[in-house]
Amino acid sequence: MDDTELLLEVRGVSKSFPGVKALEDMHLDLRAGEVLGLVGENGAGKSTLMKLLSGIYDADAGEFFFAGAPYEPSSAKHALELGISIIHQEFNLMPDLTVAQNLFIGREGGFFTSERALNARAAELIERLHLPLRPKQLVGDLTVAKQQMVEIGKALSFEPRLLIMDEPTAALNDAEVDVLHELIRRFLTPETGVIYISHRMDELRRIADRITVIRDGRYVGTRNTAQTAMPEVISMMVGRELNLDAQPVGVREDREVVLQVAGLSTKDLLREVTFELRKGEILGFAGLMGAGRTEVARAVVGADRIDSGTITLRGREIKIANPAEAARHRIGYLSEDRKRYGLLLEQEVGANIGLSALAERFQSWGFVRDRAMRATAAEYVDTLRIKTPSVKQTAKNLSGGNQQKVVIAKWLVKDCDILIFDEPTRGIDVGAKEEIYRLLNQLAESGKSIVMISSELPEILRMSHRIVVMCEGRVTGTLDASEATQEQVMHYATLRAVAA
Amino acid sequence: MTAVRDRLQQFLAFGSLIAIFLFFSIASSSFLNYSNVTSILFSTVVIGLLALGTTFVIITSGIDLSIGTGMTLCAVISGVLIVNSGLPVWLGVLGTILFGGLIGLVNGFNVSFLGIPPFIATLAMMLVAQGLALVISDSTPIYFNDEPGYTAISTGHLLGVDFPNAVLVLGVATVIAAVVLNKTILGRYTYSIGSNEEATALSGISVRRWKLAIYTLAGLFTGLAGVMISARLASAQPGTGIGYELQAIAAVVIGGTSLAGGKGSIVGTLIGALIISVLNNGLQIMSIPQEWQNVILGAVILVAVYADMARKRRSTV
Repeated sequence: MDDTELLLEVRGVSKSFPGVKALEDMHLDLRAGEVLGLVGENGAGKSTLMKLLSGIYDADAGEFFFAGAPYEPSSAKHALELGISIIHQEFNLMPDLTVAQNLFIGREGGFFTSERALNARAAELIERLHLPLRPKQLVGDLTVAKQQMVEIGKALSFEPRLLIMDEPTAALNDAEVDVLHELIRRFLTPETGVIYISHRMDELRRIADRITVIRDGRYVGTRNTAQTAMPEVISMMVGRELNLDAQPVGVREDREVVLQVAGLSTKDLLREVTFELRKGEILGFAGLMGAGRTEVARAVVGADRIDSGTITLRGREIKIANPAEAARHRIGYLSEDRKRYGLLLEQEVGANIGLSALAERFQSWGFVRDRAMRATAAEYVDTLRIKTPSVKQTAKNLSGGNQQKVVIAKWLVKDCDILIFDEPTRGIDVGAKEEIYRLLNQLAESGKSIVMISSELPEILRMSHRIVVMCEGRVTGTLDASEATQEQVMHYATLRAVAA
Repeated sequence: MTAVRDRLQQFLAFGSLIAIFLFFSIASSSFLNYSNVTSILFSTVVIGLLALGTTFVIITSGIDLSIGTGMTLCAVISGVLIVNSGLPVWLGVLGTILFGGLIGLVNGFNVSFLGIPPFIATLAMMLVAQGLALVISDSTPIYFNDEPGYTAISTGHLLGVDFPNAVLVLGVATVIAAVVLNKTILGRYTYSIGSNEEATALSGISVRRWKLAIYTLAGLFTGLAGVMISARLASAQPGTGIGYELQAIAAVVIGGTSLAGGKGSIVGTLIGALIISVLNNGLQIMSIPQEWQNVILGAVILVAVYADMARKRRSTV
């Protein structure tokens, strides 16, 4: 380390949000002239680190050094001026503007813009970087890969010394990844460096000189790519400590198959997704962000359109055109984004619990039977131990865990047999998590069939009877949970399909 | 908590109504007397009915711009049914109200099944209704002079004293609207859709169908407003109608219903409509020109909505 100049140093940086320690005593060294791979599970703290580097957040403690000098950016613009360009996973592009307009947004040079001058500047930049773009194309008409190129072009037009890329290949195929890597290599000089955030081990092996692993907001270690086997990186990533106090019961072969999904494909992402769900089973869905797990759930309940594939419910093939039909078939979907897709935040707990079953249980001649609804809601508040002063409390005043229970209650009142949980414990504190786990187990014991989508591997391994692993819209493996290990799941989760 | 706050909102609107009322009572000696108060109520009827229907639409976070000219088209239809075709009055009235429902149904179909934004769908309907009213009537008013039974719907006195039937109609319509909004699943879904349309859909509710029903309901009120305005004027005036929709929307907004959806009440809307008529009446009595009345009304809307927003900001820390 002494023989090379450090381009970026992160020393003991911490950052907390109310209730969460996002980063704790974080370390990171980037040498000039290298590509550093940065890996960690979802929620490991990568995004927080990015936001600190781009000046969106301020660190609670610790220091940054960039090119030998203390680095304290006050805004994204300031970070750019200091020489750090960051390409976020979510594009910041205006689809209705042209490539040239996007590349130089905010830098048009004067109030009156000359389209011709802008196009000329863009053409020059595109030429210099060998980008497969034309200045006058509308960004909205470009493929995702080319949009990524626009982002890169924009980032490099600032002539940064450090380029940070967050999951740059999430939507790219192999050929496009090669083009991207070529661009990165051309950008690298002895004065510049790249931080390359990715989940994909095969890519990191090709592009990264060293790999730094972080977990739960902490620095775990750094390895030279050439001398390290990827399974070692994976086990650094997932960690060893596991608190498995309730081991899964194992495959329930004897149980009746309730739901069969075969060859499910959608226009956007899903390719031939096939799985079956048994009575009384918790079927875990593992995979990395963007693997298509939520999309499977949304397709099954009819929230998104299916291109091809069949859904068979108790031996009978059914068509589900919308969530109302799914609900009639007693299939309930509990979204990962409770506030957006699950709750009527401004309405009372009772109204939320009664919503799905309102028309069939709590009305006569169109008139709402409020008393009956509140009484039923109160029962579920008791049995699920929802902490609320009364069923008249407004839903937004409940904690995350209790809000989740309200959504669960809504589907239980509707008498659903199949419950699809998308990240059931996201944003819920540890104690409430245990309660949700107990509830899921009870539901399965009582004969409900549960699909549990989760990005937390320990949760998947602990709760599931069987595990479906997805990567890039495909099912890459189905494992018996009693034999599955984190490494195995990670292996399937990063198993990219052969070039599409 | 919500209930308390909603009540507070109504109290605020009600308080403003009282304040404005007291102001005019003191400022002008000819404001506070039985016949003037009755005439205020009488002049609230049409805007009030339109506002009641559109309250449902606005709570779903939609908007209905077609109610003004839609009302005029309904008035013309009423003339065609009763005057030109000689249908009995009750049947003509029923037909007119149902025709209003049809206008709403088309709006609802365009919004929920074709996915056209409510603003655009009802703007288009506003133009279509305006044009059709002129086409059907051949651009001439239709007079109900020979239909005393029809004009009595508005100006008759069923309650004996000097109390026009129109006010009675508004009262009954308000009660019906309040019951539907507060006590039925249609009302419950109206709030649900406005609170969170996606969550409502994912809860297994056919949002499209219910929105269709809500726009249709608003249309029925439009139809009734068409009956009431033509009965009051003893004629269907095909060239009018524009501007009523904005007054009605203003009444809903002053009454505390949020254009963002999910919140609102029938009582609030009624109070909003009354505030508008009291203002118009009082300013007229004080001989303030019509032009200035609009300026003042505009200012009242701004103040009402800003006060509502400021209060919400305080309560959500």
